[in-house]
Amino acid sequence: MAASGARRKLADQIVNVVCTGAAVLALFLLASILYTLIVRGLPALNLDTITRTMAPTGENGGLANAIVGSLIQVAIGMLIAIPVGIMAGTYLAEYGKSSKIAEVIRFVSDVLLAAPSILIGLFVYTLLVATTKTYSGFAGGVALAVIAIPIIIRTTEDMLNLVPTPMREASAALGAPSYKTITQITWRAASAGILTGMLLALARIAGETAPLLFTSLGNLNWSTSLAKPMASLPIAIYQYAASPYEDLVQIAWAGALLITVGVLAINIIAQTVIGRNK
Amino acid sequence: MLAADLLFSRTVQVTGFVVLLLLGAIILLLSLGAWPAVREFGLPFFWGFEWDSVNDKYSAGIMIYGTLVTATIALLVAVPLSIGVAYFLTEIIPNALRKPIGMAVQLLAAVPSIIYGMWGFFVLAPWMSENVILNVADFFVDIPVLNKIFDYGSGNSIFTAGLVLAVMILPLITAMFVEILNATPVVLKEATYGLGATRFEVIRDVAVPYGRRAMIGAIMLGLGRALGETMAVTFVVGNATRFSPNLFAQGSTIASTIANEFAEAAPGSMKISALLALGVTLFIISFIVLMLSRRFVKPRVGG
Repeated sequence: MAASGARRKLADQIVNVVCTGAAVLALFLLASILYTLIVRGLPALNLDTITRTMAPTGENGGLANAIVGSLIQVAIGMLIAIPVGIMAGTYLAEYGKSSKIAEVIRFVSDVLLAAPSILIGLFVYTLLVATTKTYSGFAGGVALAVIAIPIIIRTTEDMLNLVPTPMREASAALGAPSYKTITQITWRAASAGILTGMLLALARIAGETAPLLFTSLGNLNWSTSLAKPMASLPIAIYQYAASPYEDLVQIAWAGALLITVGVLAINIIAQTVIGRNK
Repeated sequence: MLAADLLFSRTVQVTGFVVLLLLGAIILLLSLGAWPAVREFGLPFFWGFEWDSVNDKYSAGIMIYGTLVTATIALLVAVPLSIGVAYFLTEIIPNALRKPIGMAVQLLAAVPSIIYGMWGFFVLAPWMSENVILNVADFFVDIPVLNKIFDYGSGNSIFTAGLVLAVMILPLITAMFVEILNATPVVLKEATYGLGATRFEVIRDVAVPYGRRAMIGAIMLGLGRALGETMAVTFVVGNATRFSPNLFAQGSTIASTIANEFAEAAPGSMKISALLALGVTLFIISFIVLMLSRRFVKPRVGG
């Protein structure tokens, strides 16, 4: 008995050591990523990076057009995705519930959520680029919207399901029609959660590269036209990082740092919103 | 009043249908685009090992192989590590540290994949070529079969791509594992502790069996992410469109090939169609994996 007890204790100790080792290794790898990002990105980050447009090597370019292009495309994506996502999520939680058709929509939304983002890029290419014969900032925005929609649907439905039914009943008992109950009671009660979903979707699409490759394509020049190829931060990073010129690679790291800080900041804000809601 | 009600319910219902339409349009447009290539090359498109831009002959075998192998390497590395880290996070570290470290893991899961790709390209791939590949290939050089799989190669390789994917899905799987381990009812755990079990035994004999299905589902979700990832792979896989059994050789995945070759292909060409057919293939693979993951995890457990 004593021997087996000692052996069991030893097994427990070994597992502790192995798991701590795994955690140290994982933290080391992830720390290495953040370390590289800061060490290579920070020195390259200066006013020129965010005020000058992209330029060939040796011309002291920046990322201004890519940053503005990203903002425009992400804005288009969110403008499309927010109403569609919230309405569809509302349908699932308040009307469809467990009906057959709602189950199908829920399933389809999950398929969209799991679909590789490069396929969304291919889809929007065939839908908007092949038909109009030009890459465009608008197509990039639409591709980002398709990625954001299922995220917003899911969080909206989950958050609406958390609103207690008696709240809806109380509103109905006061004679409010159901659309008033939903827009003024249920949406309001779930607003922090829905906002979190929107922020998570925002963070996700802000860093997406693959769906923009053949929709907005990228653009070295300053262009805010939605009908023309448009630069974006992830694409600019991709183009610059793959280039053989050290100055362009440096700008790519500065852009990578910018985008990571931005995405993480949005995530932290989203987490705080959840925290406040609880 | 009734009219407004009807208008609202109809509007949200129609929006719900838009989602159906969206997936329908994706499947339809990708299939239509892929049709010329599938008609030209027939079903062998899906298992042939030829990708020849010069003679306009395409098949998906090399990329399917690369996709499955990189994702498998990613799982083989990431799953054991994730289990270890999840055990560490739930059982070993003091309570005070649990929340900040848990949050850090979740934040890392949100880092854009292009960052993992850059790290792989500038840090991991050079490190692999300096410290790993030669030594491993030297070690296996006289062992049949293994000397073909671990042959001399380059830092940018199928193997490195698998490792980058592993690092990328590590926070994702770990976060899900932590949630699953924490979902074990405390009564069950305490009852087992009461019988004199050690911490490891409680996890192995109570928490893991209790959450086994959810854990398999989590692994499947990680697999789905790894299969479809573009940027993290494109940077480091080498993008060679010829087959080699050597894991240290340059290769390509479905997503990396689409990302790399799309810009070079003329609109309406056979190559575009072949790339779209690759896209359909990827869609089918990730759909199968999603179906498997749903078999294990009931969707929206907390909903």
